[in-house]
Amino acid sequence: MSKTLFLGDEAVAQAALDAGLSGVYAYPGTPSTEITEFIQNSKQGKEGQVHSIWAGNEKTAMESAIGMSYAGKRAMVCMKHVGLNVAADPFMNSSITGANGGLVVVVADDPSMHSSQDEQDSRYYAKFALIPSFEPSNQQEAYDITYAAFDYSEKYRTPVLIRLTTRLSHSRAGVERREARPQNPLHIEENPKQFILLPANARVHYRTLLGKQDAFEEESVNSPFNKYIDGADKKFGIIASGIAYNYLMENFEGHKCPYPVLKIAQYPVPSKLVAKMVDECETVLVAEEGYPFIEEQVRGLLNRTGNIIGRLSGALPRDGELNPNLVAKALGLPDTYGAPVPELVVPRPPALCVGCPHIDSYLAINEAMAEYGAGKVFADIGCYTLGALPPYKAIYTTVDMGASITMAKGAADAGLRPVMAVIGDSTFTHSGMTSLLDCIYENTPVTVMILDNSTTGMTGGQDSHALGVLGEICKGLGVKEEHIHRITPLKPHHAENVALIKKELEYEGVSVIIPTRECIQTLSRRMKKQQAAKK
Amino acid sequence: MKIDIILAGVGGQGILSIATIVGYAAVKRGMYMKQAEVHGMSQRGGDVQSHFRLSDQEIASDLIPMGKADMIISVEPMESLRYLPWLNPETGWLITNDQPFINIPNYPDTEKLSEELGKLKNKVVINADQIAKDLGSARSANMVILGAASPYLGIPFEEIEAAVRETFARKGDDVVNTNIACLRAGKEFAEKL
Repeated sequence: MSKTLFLGDEAVAQAALDAGLSGVYAYPGTPSTEITEFIQNSKQGKEGQVHSIWAGNEKTAMESAIGMSYAGKRAMVCMKHVGLNVAADPFMNSSITGANGGLVVVVADDPSMHSSQDEQDSRYYAKFALIPSFEPSNQQEAYDITYAAFDYSEKYRTPVLIRLTTRLSHSRAGVERREARPQNPLHIEENPKQFILLPANARVHYRTLLGKQDAFEEESVNSPFNKYIDGADKKFGIIASGIAYNYLMENFEGHKCPYPVLKIAQYPVPSKLVAKMVDECETVLVAEEGYPFIEEQVRGLLNRTGNIIGRLSGALPRDGELNPNLVAKALGLPDTYGAPVPELVVPRPPALCVGCPHIDSYLAINEAMAEYGAGKVFADIGCYTLGALPPYKAIYTTVDMGASITMAKGAADAGLRPVMAVIGDSTFTHSGMTSLLDCIYENTPVTVMILDNSTTGMTGGQDSHALGVLGEICKGLGVKEEHIHRITPLKPHHAENVALIKKELEYEGVSVIIPTRECIQTLSRRMKKQQAAKK
Repeated sequence: MKIDIILAGVGGQGILSIATIVGYAAVKRGMYMKQAEVHGMSQRGGDVQSHFRLSDQEIASDLIPMGKADMIISVEPMESLRYLPWLNPETGWLITNDQPFINIPNYPDTEKLSEELGKLKNKVVINADQIAKDLGSARSANMVILGAASPYLGIPFEEIEAAVRETFARKGDDVVNTNIACLRAGKEFAEKL
């Protein structure tokens, strides 16, 4: 079969379709978004009526996938690393219920924080949940692993996790496909106690899960994705996981490493293979993208042997992505460098687009807040986080999806006045609604600005669950109608917008102001499409 | 044969279409390809780059080692300089548009920028915007740049032309022809140097 060029994300998506996927559940998040988008746009997905509509957040996505697995069909959940924090509750408990239809959780980590607020490593979550995980090193492996992961999940009746990192998610290469397998028929879980996690049942299921651990490790030892490649020179042994394996091999002519290499792409860590390496080699370098997950386990608390090096020992940097040069230096190979960056080159940080509605919102917010001094605007995750940068410098916090409203509440509880929350429409329906409910319940004096650009902007313009219903949601939650306002963030409305915001800032209760204007990116895309249709 | 390219520009300038075209031509020749892109936050007017690798052997790393790139292809002059640490200081070529994209208040003095570019040994600095405009499509400046890079790519020009035709085919003959004209104009410019 000929090769197709796929992003790592797309390889996962295509493999899931070929493995008989019946539904993907996800909330957009860089670098995971393209998995679901690929399935949404896929002819094969449409013909097979594979569910692919965006979920409200990662928790609802995970729960829907567990439901589909319960019904016997193959389900996949996709998210970025911090999304797994949101989905942590159903994720952790899915390891106790186990899976009926194949259940695959794909999490894309973002080391170096290209588009994220931390670089947490999802392999810890898989270990925490006591389930197997995979970490493909290239696009072909992303395909093969995803294809195999559904079988693994059904064989052991367990959810499995696939961990991607930014460079694999967003790097393209040729991939060979396999034959497509039909979807599973509906087949409800036969054990009536399996998905009821009453303590009496859960204790039994938990012991079952513990009982599978040895088999999981045996699978890792014998996995085609883990390889022990012997080398004559035992001065070093190298454990390289995921994409770090590529950076290692880049340093050797013809990709032939003189030292033994243990390539890991499947967990739990195959300890038998690790033991062989530690016994035979003078020094063992652990090269892994993200946290020192393997290194920590191999070293142990006491690091008695002292010959395990990596991110913890300082041989590799403790944070950020790896690259071929960093791995070369760790092995004492010569470093390479071009010319230094000329001094006149200055950073070019991302910025709000020309014509972005958030610009008008921030100009109004800044003018309305000017008399109250700095530090009173709590913001959230999305394009509008760029309001932190000059020339706006309008916001003071960004922590996690939905935190703007509840952090503003906490600050108001502490006595800060007036406080404002700034949150996007999609982020609001993701995790802001319960935060608002907390404020309403206590009648907290807070002015909530829901910037409604009718899309999920930062990730490229996915549909927002909030479309057209924000006012209704706020009213339904209990915000008083006279304190819910829709405004138009455009220059001609600036003065009236400022006046309205000022008025609501003085109100000792919950106000919601919804500046409403479509994202300039989705708007221009729509216009182009319309023009093309006219032609 | 192996060629490693850093593609550079500002989010929204369309550096990825250059990669799509060269990638198409390379894969058609049966070459291996890896291309690491930047998605997400930086695409909002920030600096963006793509590591683009072609080889007749299997490629290991998605990222090009520093000092090893054969070429920087940039649609913006300051952005072209940002990636000098990756360019092979002896044999590497820098091909860039000379028209600045100024969306930051502290953009460097453009004369000093040209001086800096002038210091480089192997370079093609081209006013791609003007050439594209003269040919009737200001938006095709990236095809001028690709044309200017084409003599150094090690892929026959006809194959790159065919890839351009293929890439723009669904947009109609006019678009195809303008892009081909831009591609050829860039090539002629580079060959005259």
